[in-house]
Amino acid sequence: MDFLNALVLILNYTIIPALSYGSQLALGAIFVTLIYGVLRFANFATGDMMSFGTMFAVLLTFYFQSLGISLGILPTALLSIPFAIIMMILYMLTIDKFVFSYYRIKKSPPVVLAMVSVGVMFVTQAIIRIIIGPFDRRFLDGEKFILKATEFKEMTGLNEGLTIKSTQAITIIVTIIVVSIMFWFLNKTKTGTSMRAYSDNEDLALLSGIDPKKIVLMTWIIAGVLATIGGVLYGLDKSYKPFVYFNNMLPIFAAAIVGGIGNPLGAFLGGYVVAFGEIFITYAYKKFFTYILPESLEPNSLMQLLSTDYKFAVSFSILVLVLLFRPSGIFKGLRL
Amino acid sequence: MKQYLNVVTAYAIMFTLIILVGIFQSWSQALSILNYCLISAVMTMGANIQWGYAGLINFGIMGYTALGGLAVVLVSVAPVPEAWKAGGLNMIGSLGIIVAMIFSIRHVLKRIQKSKKRNYLIAGIIVIGLLLIRLVSGPGIESIEAVEPAKTGFLGGLGMPILFSWIVGAFFAGGLAYIIGKIALGLRADYLAIATLLIAEIVVSIIKHEDWLARGVKNVIGLKRPVPYEIDLQTSPWFINLVEKFNSGKLKVIDTISERQDVLNQLVIDASSVYVKLCMTGLFLTVVIILLIVTQKALYSPWGRKMRAIRDNEEAAGAMGKNVVKEHLLIFILGSAVVGIAGAMMVTNDGLFTPGSYRPMRYTFVIWVMVIVGGTGNNFGAILGGFVVWFLWVEAAPIALFLINFFTSHLPETNALKIHLIQSAPYFRFLMIGMGVLLIMRYRPQGILPEKIIKQ
Repeated sequence: MDFLNALVLILNYTIIPALSYGSQLALGAIFVTLIYGVLRFANFATGDMMSFGTMFAVLLTFYFQSLGISLGILPTALLSIPFAIIMMILYMLTIDKFVFSYYRIKKSPPVVLAMVSVGVMFVTQAIIRIIIGPFDRRFLDGEKFILKATEFKEMTGLNEGLTIKSTQAITIIVTIIVVSIMFWFLNKTKTGTSMRAYSDNEDLALLSGIDPKKIVLMTWIIAGVLATIGGVLYGLDKSYKPFVYFNNMLPIFAAAIVGGIGNPLGAFLGGYVVAFGEIFITYAYKKFFTYILPESLEPNSLMQLLSTDYKFAVSFSILVLVLLFRPSGIFKGLRL
Repeated sequence: MKQYLNVVTAYAIMFTLIILVGIFQSWSQALSILNYCLISAVMTMGANIQWGYAGLINFGIMGYTALGGLAVVLVSVAPVPEAWKAGGLNMIGSLGIIVAMIFSIRHVLKRIQKSKKRNYLIAGIIVIGLLLIRLVSGPGIESIEAVEPAKTGFLGGLGMPILFSWIVGAFFAGGLAYIIGKIALGLRADYLAIATLLIAEIVVSIIKHEDWLARGVKNVIGLKRPVPYEIDLQTSPWFINLVEKFNSGKLKVIDTISERQDVLNQLVIDASSVYVKLCMTGLFLTVVIILLIVTQKALYSPWGRKMRAIRDNEEAAGAMGKNVVKEHLLIFILGSAVVGIAGAMMVTNDGLFTPGSYRPMRYTFVIWVMVIVGGTGNNFGAILGGFVVWFLWVEAAPIALFLINFFTSHLPETNALKIHLIQSAPYFRFLMIGMGVLLIMRYRPQGILPEKIIKQ
């Protein structure tokens, strides 16, 4: 019976990783939801767009490192994010001008736009692979840990260690900042309000004198910021590999739909729902139960609901359940 | 005749290209491209049945392909008696639990009114069932996977002829489509796309990680073949005689007997691989032609007109008394079954089952590109799309390499940009495919061969 150790164990292996992974998913999910809400199509190029922004951050980080510029204990990548965001927004606006705007003006059905986004996905993937190659790249520098397991054990005298990676802390802090700024923008500024109006009812918004060009421009800018930051944070935490980013599109979609597509707050929370679902269901609770149960009741098996191989499958199953029972998302009608 | 002119021209160009590959690269490669083109054509026909006839988006093609491949393993591989002895009973027990779960859920759904209590009851049945399955199957799986893990470690199949598995593959894929259709067909188009994509991912991850079923990522190699093996051909006298007859002119020029024998041996080795591939081509061509006849008949039958009516205006068709939901489900199952056949054909062609290779890029998005490029709602277009896109997919790297060398010929060999570009030549295939889709969607949204509606 040792609740403190059990608590630290759960915190270390599930809650902290889920929080940081969830933040990365949440940023992507808000990106998907914004594009869906304002531009009205499911963007299958999501993962590759995130990858595109991250690619610039990685290249710039390498460049800064070669110049000897660094942020001390913080990763240099943070310095490269603003430049990467600018490149990303330029890329997105170019794509919009040459590809998406044509279908938007023609008022094509969303399915056609989704197919077009598949084409954009292929092209983006090609550009990324031609520029940076398909390899795995680590671009994290600076201090790796805020709190190491051994230090924590010495400090508290517990058996279980608590590790906090600096990337996890950065992810959570940056996400909180970015998302609060975004919600402030969407709810309190005039442009943000007109964006929401456009998303709710296009015709009415146009009648009220809202300029659709400005709305579309703002959407791509916000989307570019979110995609780049989300991508860089994921890359810092794990590593940068184009193929993995493409695959991440799937849990991101799951998060956006779970939160109710078109609803940014829902998408934000949906990211955490998916992340916590994935990690809680695939974690082996054996050690946890040995701490909280008396010795006679100690479990023999791993006490794992599903093996970690099924991590992705869990988030997709959550999605299927949501589609079955609440197709409009579990946070329907929730607004800030 | 004039209305078929563009079809004939398009196909003539395509076959000329393949023949050019045969002349400039090798006949063996040309035939493998042709075989894969035929397999892709079957897949695109499946996708076209769903998208072209009924306007249903199905991004789960990867899942049906994988199930078709699984069918090949489960049908053709010889059973592993030791594994059955070790854990067969447990697995049959788990299957029994699943069946019991399904029936009890059906019972609850029928007997109890829609309420919170019913939802909790169903959730309870699922959770208890899953726990029971884990309890029953856990030890079974462990002992099955312990049976010669390097060679078998799975239950094996039924040991039946491999061609039979093509039909089984269709049934597997159709069964999956029934489940997905029941869950997801009511969704809006783009939701349906995402849902099917994710469900297909679940299916593939199950095939990947359940080693007792088909060895998972350890792959199953050395599957049976419906055609002779190269090694058998090389030793059979009738084949050597045949090759000798075909190349008699070439052989006559050589004087010494030993040299002639060497040349003949080389020719026999080359010819055997071509012969095997030709046999495969014959099989695949049969499937494509049968499917083409059936789909063409269906498209221009009253049923096909009904499907088009539903596609073009669901409400109106519903108001005329057509059962939209039922027809959608039916067409979803039919199209997926065709994709399942293609999946089985592909594994048969490769002779190995590699669950790790089923990725959405290759097996969902490229197939969709084929359908869009070829022509939605037109079977000839769908087949052509399969041919064109697969040809580009394979030949993109050589073409890109040629173009890079051409445009950078003034640069020295050590130029960093040139070296980088040459190294990344394989990725130009994504660029070509992507640009192809964007251009087709913009300037010829109906595809190369658009849908043709014959007024009767």
